[in-house]
Amino acid sequence: MFDSLGDRLQGIAKRLRGKGRLTEADVDEVLAEIRTALLEADVNVGVVRDVVARIREQTIGITVSEALDPSQQIIKIVNAELVAMLGGETLKIAYSSVPPTVILMAGLQGSGKTTSAAKLARWFKSQGRQPLLVGADLQRPAAVDQLRTLGAQVGVPVFSEPGDPVNTARRGLEEARRLGKDILIVDTAGRLAIDEEMMQQVADISRAIIPKYTFLVVDAMTGQDAVSVAKTFDERLAIDGVILSKLDGDARGGAALSVKTVIGKPIAFAATGERIDAFEQFHPDRMAGRILGMGDVLTLIEQAEKVFEADKAEETAARMLEGQFTLEDFLEQLQQLKKMGPLSGIMGMLPGMPKEMKDAQIGDDQVKLTEAIIRSMTPHERQSPEIINGSRRTRIATGSGTQVADVNKLIKQFTEMQKMMKKMGGLAKPQGKQGKGKNKVSTRQAMRELGDMFGGAGGPGGFPGMPGAGGPGQFPPFSK
Amino acid sequence: MLASASANIAIALGASGAGIGILVVIRSRSKRPREFAPATVEPTKEAVDVIVPEVVVAEVTVAPSVREKAGRTRSLFASAFQSIRGRSIDAATWDELEETLLLADIGIGLATRLLDPLRDAVKDGSLRSPDGVIAALRDGMTAQLATSDRSLHLDAVGSPNVWLFVGVNGVGKTTTIGKIATAQAAQGTTVLMAAGDTFRAAAAEQLQVWAERSGAAFVRGAEGGDPASVIFDGIQSAAAKGIQLVLGDTAGRLQNKSNLMEELKKVRRVADKAEGVVNEVLLVIDATTGQNGLAQAREFAAATDVTGIVLTKLDGSAKGGIVFAIETELGIPVKLVGLGETAVDLIAFDPSEFVSALFE
Repeated sequence: MFDSLGDRLQGIAKRLRGKGRLTEADVDEVLAEIRTALLEADVNVGVVRDVVARIREQTIGITVSEALDPSQQIIKIVNAELVAMLGGETLKIAYSSVPPTVILMAGLQGSGKTTSAAKLARWFKSQGRQPLLVGADLQRPAAVDQLRTLGAQVGVPVFSEPGDPVNTARRGLEEARRLGKDILIVDTAGRLAIDEEMMQQVADISRAIIPKYTFLVVDAMTGQDAVSVAKTFDERLAIDGVILSKLDGDARGGAALSVKTVIGKPIAFAATGERIDAFEQFHPDRMAGRILGMGDVLTLIEQAEKVFEADKAEETAARMLEGQFTLEDFLEQLQQLKKMGPLSGIMGMLPGMPKEMKDAQIGDDQVKLTEAIIRSMTPHERQSPEIINGSRRTRIATGSGTQVADVNKLIKQFTEMQKMMKKMGGLAKPQGKQGKGKNKVSTRQAMRELGDMFGGAGGPGGFPGMPGAGGPGQFPPFSK
Repeated sequence: MLASASANIAIALGASGAGIGILVVIRSRSKRPREFAPATVEPTKEAVDVIVPEVVVAEVTVAPSVREKAGRTRSLFASAFQSIRGRSIDAATWDELEETLLLADIGIGLATRLLDPLRDAVKDGSLRSPDGVIAALRDGMTAQLATSDRSLHLDAVGSPNVWLFVGVNGVGKTTTIGKIATAQAAQGTTVLMAAGDTFRAAAAEQLQVWAERSGAAFVRGAEGGDPASVIFDGIQSAAAKGIQLVLGDTAGRLQNKSNLMEELKKVRRVADKAEGVVNEVLLVIDATTGQNGLAQAREFAAATDVTGIVLTKLDGSAKGGIVFAIETELGIPVKLVGLGETAVDLIAFDPSEFVSALFE
């Protein structure tokens, strides 16, 4: 919805390009844009003031470099500053020497504590631990039921009993000891930071179970109030870290920066989707790009690295760029791609992705359909789609439960994609000495064409070949 | 200052102060279990306007701890204005005003649009004093909330009225439905709740508790089932039983999830096909929401023709300033405000009270 900072600075950058040195007036203009971008991302006003002041110091008088345009240079400075403020490292969990390691979840109503508690339990389980969940939210109707259902989904037992939350938490701790569990996660009721009685209650719970970690769950969509909420909870509970929930929305998540800056505690985890496994340790360096609206390049690269078997990906990418990309390769890529998570998530992470393309919703259903069609082809057909004639089309359509039109569409798109890949291959090849900036623009154009193709046809396939090319070090705009 | 005395005075002064008075009372109420006499839930024509200010004052005087809380939530604008008032209008004045607006989540765009005309007015001399600027700002903000019709549409006769509740995760949809059902039932309206949130674990159970509390009929489907059919069944069941109002819950969803927004469109389409009239689609927005609230409103309105906003959790320290932008830019009126966890803590939205609550 908001223009990214990159877009905002484009216009200014054009004017600055010829200049050797940025004047104070230039800097003011740029800083005003940065301020707006940060405020639109819900970064706290006070924090924005500090950030902008610090960036000003670093920006005035910088020499405009040959390689980067001024806007890129400034974005680099801003990005570095935000990363520094968000904290360099992900939180390393230290386990208590005497188990269980007790974790207390706290936060406002609706911030996502119960879901995060279950996701955290699953995370610990994946680390080889044996967690017990305690439902101490006895306030919200059916909150304990919700935790029990989620606990069953992740295979973690849930303890709760009606009555007093402080007592329930204490009994939960006893239960964990009795069962020999090494992690105890206590879910509590949502409460307003200004509700003295409820804040006292959670402080009492904390005193009863003496948590190793107290996590404040903060909704990524939170506005300016995030700071006062975090401050109050920190005063009462001595927060150890923040869990940022609902980060799969389109909020920029400036609250993360505000909270980190004001209470000085790291963002430990982030929930990145509704699925129970969509929960990961927080990477501050990536959040900076998001707050600025610049796409989460690093996450994409890492996810791609994790999923794609490196050799295979490189091989495919090489063939792809030479235009020898077959339907077989395409199928292979679709499968790799599926492991990376929902397509819409991946698209959002690509920087410089044309808007039409981000908006063109690529459904996971379409991927399934495409897969079905390719699977209904013979190996020979997959190698040389040009042999697919009318009767073969009918057979493929019948075999995949689709219409002949779907098959036609796929073949047409695949052919166009092949052409596109050839074009991109030309760009990606080591014409190295050509400026990086120029390369970027051309690739962008190619992507836009790809976007048009996809948006226009709206059919299956089309895009999914991309990340193969985006494998490590292969594709200029992805390597940072 | 004695807050109780000023609350009294505020009520005596009339509507502008009543917002504060109401804020105060609601908090003191939430302290107690549900034991309010039906007398306080006076049926009126004004939908859910069930709070009687006179009771407020009495309770304020007996619950002194409440005053501190009210003081804390109010201090944001109050302290800024205090520092502005004592001196001449300079650059710092504008910075301070802007920061105050931003802290209320009003957004940089709207803050600029509100302050620019005032700057001009000071330049050309038509505004001279800080008090004048503050008063003009207040008028400007009230003018942003100029929608006239904030009523909830409930036809007395004919097929069931259907109110759908939509919004992102965790804003308080289910709780809002519970409160509305209680208020409507107290006015003699027969209510049915349809548990269209088939996704979140135990969402139906949560709603069922509210149904039992308010005496509303209740329809649910299987967990993970089709929400549209649950809503449809609810409406059909209400039509068969002659129930007047169907409150349809839906699962929370982030507005950028197109598949879930498509699902919501289907809910709306299917609800329209049933034997009822969908005359409210209420988007529930959490007062702590920042600038993303505008995106929420835009997307949900596009998917379901939202007829009004319910602003929840305004009893916290958040100011809910994003509703200014929503109402100005999208023309969707705020209809209800949630001020606490109990059933009577949902009241009709009054723009001038809302703005006053920010300023005092």
